[in-house]
Amino acid sequence: MNHLQQEKVSYWGLIKNGIFKENTIFRLVISLCPSIAVTNSVRNGFLLGVAVLFVQTMVNSTVALLRNFIHPRIRLPIFMLIISGWVTVVDLLMQAYARAAYKEMGLYIEIIVAFASILARAEMFASKNKVGAAFFDGLGSGLGFLVALVLISFFRELLGRGSLWGFQIVHTKPMLIMLMPTGGFLVVGLLMGFFNWIDINFYGGKGAGGAGGH
Amino acid sequence: MAVAKNERELIVTVSPHIRDEETVSRIMWTVSLSLLPALVMAVYFFGPRALYVTALSIIGSLFSEWFVEKITNREFTVRDGSAFLTGLLFAMTLPATVPFYIPLIGSFVAVAITKQLFGGIGYNIFNPALMGRAFVLITWPRAMTSWIVPTAAFVGLDAKTTATPLSLLKEEGMHKLIEVFGDKMNLYTDLFIGHRAGSLGETSVIALLIGAGFLLHKRYITWHIPLSFLTTVAVFAWIFGGKEGFFTGDPTLHLLSGGLIIGAFFMATDYVTCPSVKSGQILFGIGCGLLTILIRLKSGYPEGVMFAILLMNCFTPLIERNLKSKVFGARKEAMQ
Repeated sequence: MNHLQQEKVSYWGLIKNGIFKENTIFRLVISLCPSIAVTNSVRNGFLLGVAVLFVQTMVNSTVALLRNFIHPRIRLPIFMLIISGWVTVVDLLMQAYARAAYKEMGLYIEIIVAFASILARAEMFASKNKVGAAFFDGLGSGLGFLVALVLISFFRELLGRGSLWGFQIVHTKPMLIMLMPTGGFLVVGLLMGFFNWIDINFYGGKGAGGAGGH
Repeated sequence: MAVAKNERELIVTVSPHIRDEETVSRIMWTVSLSLLPALVMAVYFFGPRALYVTALSIIGSLFSEWFVEKITNREFTVRDGSAFLTGLLFAMTLPATVPFYIPLIGSFVAVAITKQLFGGIGYNIFNPALMGRAFVLITWPRAMTSWIVPTAAFVGLDAKTTATPLSLLKEEGMHKLIEVFGDKMNLYTDLFIGHRAGSLGETSVIALLIGAGFLLHKRYITWHIPLSFLTTVAVFAWIFGGKEGFFTGDPTLHLLSGGLIIGAFFMATDYVTCPSVKSGQILFGIGCGLLTILIRLKSGYPEGVMFAILLMNCFTPLIERNLKSKVFGARKEAMQ
């Protein structure tokens, strides 16, 4: 992250970085648990992605705002408090305005507190950067997560149910396995491989090299 | 091999270290050949449909092999027969009535995902053919469990659906089986010859045994895994299989039905996914047998050979590590 601190980085560059170069799921390989658990329909994947996008942006801004007041020794508990505060906001908002979706995925909204990706961005970026940069970094990484979740759930719902966002599209025999966690792992793995393949073949990269997390 | 000047220059190669005329390719084609009797019986009982499914499956697996090697810029190994064998073995595990996409997608999963994405031949953790079957069984459970009555003639075009002997046994009990097949002797004979509902290659025990005998004679497989596998199944079927209490089960029925014979001789013995140590192979066979009989008797599935072998594939590295022979003269620290 050091190169980002030293040189002046455009906000657009930060967003692109979050979506492509440091995509939470396909490049950093963290927060895999929600990417499997909720992505059996596009709607759920999209909603969780939006919730994470909101929490990520807000947490990054708050942490950057308070970075000079947080003692380094107790920074992790403070980050956790900030994260859980914003997650509570999303939780209550969803309970109030999206009850049907909340019933299905309330558990996963609450569990955003424990997402590795959010704490990682707060620790790695927001605690060392100005509010503006942290905001756009949060936006980028949240968007990256959203895009990944929508992509995964697109394939899983299309193949597993033949529908998208609940509308029936194709009428072939659905592939049941895609609705199970097994199918989630398969789709994540194949998409990750696909992005690595693009990276290696067209951008001269080395592919993702992340340690897994949840 | 050149004499190493010092320890650092020791040439390390993967096994096998003993050189012989045998190549991977030759073994693969011979094993494929040994499945020919079973294929012939499948065509005899299930009609040209069997050939169609087998052809689709082989084409699918050859194409998958070529495709993955093409996009990952690897050496082409389409001709070495391993993909052909996987496709053939996979087709043997399918019912005759499957729609055309099941052999194609299943063989893609078998070869492209289970084998090639793990590093190609020799690096896969799971048996590719069985993994393909597990995938399609979970994905299209209805198509994969609708069996037809073997007609033994090309005239019976309107295929009648029926249940396999094992699912009859599970759902209705022994008396129903005897009712369907006549008497007990008739049941055993039909099972032995293969005149029963089931996957293409698993039904005919006699044809499979001919192929297996050929492989044993050529020493491509050893007796360790099949024997320990079959013995375990027989013993535990005898102890726990009966309705009237312990030691009243029917081991012969369990040995002859389902995919036990093809699993024990052709799939559990896959070089890549079974232990290479002999004592480990016996342990592997016993584990397969225990899991098979556990799934057959206690789970929702009537047949458990596939899951048993796949689960034991996971244990292969563990078995190998703990049972490998000690290097003579090596110290304990050096071993680790």
